[in-house]
Amino acid sequence: MHHSISLTVNGVPHDIAPSDVRVTLLDLLREHLHLIGTKKGCDRGQCGACTILVNGRRINSCLALAASHDGAAITTIEGVARDDQLHPLQAAFIAHDGFQCGFCTPGQIMSALGLINEGQAGCDPERIREGMSGNLCRCGAYAGITEAVLDVQKSLAETEKRQVA
Amino acid sequence: MKSFDYVRPTSVPEAIAAGSLPGATYLAAGTNLLDLMKGGVSRPDRLVDVTRLPGLDRIEALADGGVRVGALVRNADLAHDATFAKAYPAVAEALLSGASAQLRNAATVGGNLLQRTRCAYFYDVASGCNKREPGSGCDARHGDNRLHAILGWSDACIATHPSDLCVPLVALDAVVEIETNSGRREVRLEDLHRLPGKAPERETVLEVGDLIVAVRLPPDAHNFSQHARYLKLRDRTSYAFAVVSAAACLSIDRNKIAEARIALGGVAPKPWRAREAEKLLAGAAPDAESFRRAAKAALAEAKPSGDNAFKIELACRIVLRALAAAAAGTPERIPALPASPFSTQPGGSHDV
Repeated sequence: MHHSISLTVNGVPHDIAPSDVRVTLLDLLREHLHLIGTKKGCDRGQCGACTILVNGRRINSCLALAASHDGAAITTIEGVARDDQLHPLQAAFIAHDGFQCGFCTPGQIMSALGLINEGQAGCDPERIREGMSGNLCRCGAYAGITEAVLDVQKSLAETEKRQVA
Repeated sequence: MKSFDYVRPTSVPEAIAAGSLPGATYLAAGTNLLDLMKGGVSRPDRLVDVTRLPGLDRIEALADGGVRVGALVRNADLAHDATFAKAYPAVAEALLSGASAQLRNAATVGGNLLQRTRCAYFYDVASGCNKREPGSGCDARHGDNRLHAILGWSDACIATHPSDLCVPLVALDAVVEIETNSGRREVRLEDLHRLPGKAPERETVLEVGDLIVAVRLPPDAHNFSQHARYLKLRDRTSYAFAVVSAAACLSIDRNKIAEARIALGGVAPKPWRAREAEKLLAGAAPDAESFRRAAKAALAEAKPSGDNAFKIELACRIVLRALAAAAAGTPERIPALPASPFSTQPGGSHDV
C-alpha cells in the first residue's frame, strides 16, 4: 500500500507518492524534490548534516520516515535566504569562517536556526556549543561556527532591547 | 532496509489490534528504530505508526500531586516544561544530557524507555549476539567490552541499557501505564526491563501488542526537588552515551537526610536502583563520609564482565559526586553542560 504524502517545503505545497514506503524525509527531499542542499552524511543520526526544520523544530531528516510526517511544514537550507539576500546566519558563517569544505554547513545553519528558535542558549558560548553538538564538522570549523551563531544571537538581543526601549 | 507495510491508526484500540499481528512493531519518532532497520538489526514486517494517536502528548498534573507524562511527549518538550523541570530537576537534566538537540526534538518518552542497547556486537549483524539472535553467542564477552555491564549481566549478555531518562525516573518510583489487548495495566519502571539471564532477547515484560501510553510519577517524587542531580561521565563532552551515570535525589530536613534515592545508568542491562545505598543514607548527615559509604554500597555487587573493572571505581565516584552535588542544592538553572561532572565557568570559551 502506497501512501501519498503532502508536505509544504519552503512554503511550497507538494503531494508526493513515493513508490517505496521506506523513504526518509532526507531521501524524499533529495531524490524526489531535488532539493540537494540538505546533505546525507552518516545517514544514521550521528552527524547532523541532514538537519532540517519540521514545523519549526530541528530534527535529523535521515531518521524521519517520510510517511510519518504527512502534512508537515518543512524548511530546508534552500528556503533560508530571501532571493539574493542572505539570511543573517549565512552572512555570519561567511564573516566568521564558519566552514571550510562546506559539506556540513547546511546542517549547521539549519541547526543554528533551530537553536535560536528554541531560545535556550542566549549569548552564552558554552550553551551554544552544547546546543550545536549534534552537528559534526570534519574540517574543525567549530570556533567560527560558535562565533557566527553568537554574533546573530547578540544582534537579535540588541534588536529586542531596542524594541523594548 | 527490509521493506514493510505501514499503517497509521487513529485510536489506541486500532493500534493495539495492528500491533498484535505477527511481525508488527510500533513506530514513534523512529530515532532508534529506523537506525536499527537500516542496519538490518530490526526487520519488522509492519510498522504501526503511533504518532497520531490522540491524547498521548500531554503532561498532566494529577489530583494526588503526581504527574502523568504521555508516551508521545518529546524529550525536549518535557525537559523544557518549566513546571515539570522545577519539580523533577534530575529528570530534566538527564533528558538534556542525552543525544543531541535534533534527536531530543524528535524522540518520545515511550521510545526512550524502549530504546535498544548500543552494544556494537548487537548492531553488527555479522557478530554473534544472543540478544539479536538467540543461541548465536556473545561476541562482546571476548571483544571490545570496555563499556559493558558491571551489574546484572549474565554469561549470555553483558550489554547495558543506554537511557539517561530512565535513571532518575527509576529513582523516583515511576510507573509505566500500558494498554494491552485485555485492558490497561501498570508496571513499575524498575520492573519494565528484565535482566538477561539465559534469555537476553526478552528485554522487557511487555507482551505482544502492549503499548506504553504514559509514565507517571507518584506524589512523593517532587519531595526531592531542592536536592536532585543527574551526573553522567562520557568519553566526550557532549552527544555521547554514558560510560557511567547516576541520579541522586535527597530530601534533607534539619541537616539530616530524610530520604535518599539513587539510581545508576550505563552499568547494567537496566536502569539500576541502589536501594542498599539509599537505606544507609536515611537519617544520616549529608556529609562526605555518609556519601562514601553509600557509594561503596551501591557498587558492592559489581563485577567486571570484561575489560571494564575501571567502571566499578568510576561508577562509585559518580555516585559520590552526584550525592555531593545534590546535597549542595539543585542549581537555579540547568548547567550549560547538563549532567557534566566537570565544572564550568559561565561563558567560558575553552572549558570542557
